[in-house]
Amino acid sequence: MLLDVRHLKVHYPVRGGFFRRVVDHVKAVDDVSFSLNRGETYGLVGESGCGKTTTGRTIIGLIRATAGEVLFEGTDLTKLSRRQFHPYRKDIQMIFQDPYSSLNPRKRVLDIIAEPLRNFEKLSPHEERKKVQSILERVGLSADSIYKYPHEFSGGQRQRIGIARALMLNPKLIIADEPVSALDVSVQAQVLNFMKDIQQDYGLTYLFISHDLGIIRHMCDRIGIMYRGRLVEEGTSEDIFANPQHIYTKRLLSAIPNADPRERGKQTALRREVEQEYAQAYSRYFDETGRAYPLKPISPTHSVAIP
Amino acid sequence: MSKQPLLEIERLRVSFQIEGAYYAAVDDVSLVIEENEVVALVGESGCGKSALALSIMGLHPPEKTKVEGRLLFKGTNLLSLSVSELNRIRGKEIGMIFQDPLTALNPLMTVGRQIEESMNYHLRLPAEEKKKRTIRLLERVGIPEPEKVYHRYPHELSGGMRQRVVIAIAIACEPSLLIADEPTTALDVTIQAQIMELLKELQRQMKTSIILITHDLGVVAEMADRVAVMYAGEIVELADVDTIFHRPLHPYTRSLLQSIPSAQVKKDRLHVIQGIVPPLHKLPRRGCRFQPRISWIGAEQHELEPQLREVEPGHWVRCTCYRHFHFPDDQMTREVDYGAS
Repeated sequence: MLLDVRHLKVHYPVRGGFFRRVVDHVKAVDDVSFSLNRGETYGLVGESGCGKTTTGRTIIGLIRATAGEVLFEGTDLTKLSRRQFHPYRKDIQMIFQDPYSSLNPRKRVLDIIAEPLRNFEKLSPHEERKKVQSILERVGLSADSIYKYPHEFSGGQRQRIGIARALMLNPKLIIADEPVSALDVSVQAQVLNFMKDIQQDYGLTYLFISHDLGIIRHMCDRIGIMYRGRLVEEGTSEDIFANPQHIYTKRLLSAIPNADPRERGKQTALRREVEQEYAQAYSRYFDETGRAYPLKPISPTHSVAIP
Repeated sequence: MSKQPLLEIERLRVSFQIEGAYYAAVDDVSLVIEENEVVALVGESGCGKSALALSIMGLHPPEKTKVEGRLLFKGTNLLSLSVSELNRIRGKEIGMIFQDPLTALNPLMTVGRQIEESMNYHLRLPAEEKKKRTIRLLERVGIPEPEKVYHRYPHELSGGMRQRVVIAIAIACEPSLLIADEPTTALDVTIQAQIMELLKELQRQMKTSIILITHDLGVVAEMADRVAVMYAGEIVELADVDTIFHRPLHPYTRSLLQSIPSAQVKKDRLHVIQGIVPPLHKLPRRGCRFQPRISWIGAEQHELEPQLREVEPGHWVRCTCYRHFHFPDDQMTREVDYGAS
């Protein structure tokens, strides 16, 4: 096991009233546990505000956990000081959603990609350039791109620069937060295929965060469905797509547009049915406060949040 | 047959000014929208689908854009109208739904007043009647407690509710044509499903025609009657929705369909379209525009002046290259040259 997230909580205080006292908490991530095996792709899915991005950012240390543990190869990252965390930054890298805002427009590609390297290794400019060029070639960009600036590249190329930067330190885990949402479909396909290739070549483990179930199905071995800060269902790709159990998972799956116009009637009927079940059986899946129950295993690979 | 179509787009060319010269983002597009039908314009960013829609609404800044051709709406050429004449049509007979409900709504105005705004302009109604009508509209687009929402501001509503308000504004004067520019792109899937359902329902009730602009083929499959696939400013294929999804001919349509990951079936690898769409000012204006992206198909298979031809009733395809098109084998897709642009 590479990463083990246990009972992770991220709560934000809500202040108000007299003296701006803490009146309540927003539970962005509310007791979430899951683990990643080496070499697999774990998909975290949910709609906006479900806490998937917060979970990813907490793992990499960009957000402080309120409670819980993030065990990376057995070490709890949430308990480390800045200095102690430093070596782990090498092992966990992130690919961001928007390749237009995640690359500094005033830096050359060389400096963008070499930056993580400069934080960890002392290399001569010559060695550094060679290393950057070889990684650029690996991501399919020409070696003379190093003196160019981000605006000279298309969206897909920029995202590959972002991936090159993430790969520079030979990470073990990559957290990809909506890595292709800002890209056109044909470019999206290119980046997704490419992420699969490098996963094999570098033995990478992915935590893949997305709202797009088509992409999740294409990329992921195992999937966790998040809703209001909690996991409501977890299983293999097969478990989730062929045998969804939680009402929210069913609702999410039935909402995906069906790319076959002949299925229109069927899809509408399915949605109605699920909506009805959602309205009727809500109380079976959520407690009085609207919180999902803890996950319970229903097969060796499949768990559902039911009482 | 003799019935006049709702909108006839004739040889429309929309050109933008880049560094002093004009370049066509919509290049010689002709398309007929009949009454009571949903036509989807599909394509990737920069294909000209939004530029086309905005030109129908007359929303391009005139000092930087040139719009040529004819846009016959119920027989009147929209392009020959003055601004005040156009104002009598847009908002009343042609409604528009924008992508992002947060930027489309005025944050300083209550929901009720924003909906009444277009009624003030187009219909003269007593205040009482207006309010009644607005509340009925809110009800119609599925907003619970419309009397309360009437007095709310946009920030007090969720994304899905805001988009419903945008739709209410668009249909306030019962237009005969709705232009929906990526109406569900900014929304979560469950909300998207609801909005699609709402648009379909309204379309059935009001018999409005919809021009649906989207890059999402799933949304197209669920909503459209006919589909126009656009690439680099041109329509490359036009057919009914079933034909587009089950018997597509143009290489671009076929490639696009192969490149989307589906939640219904799992593929091992996605098809990647080689190369990139060239920027507007570098676009080759002669020959098949898709040719550079299917380089394994010989140049002699393309037309020199590719035409959109009807290959079977109602099914139009541009260029002859579709007859010779095949997907490359896996070896070739992996050797793609990604050189910087």
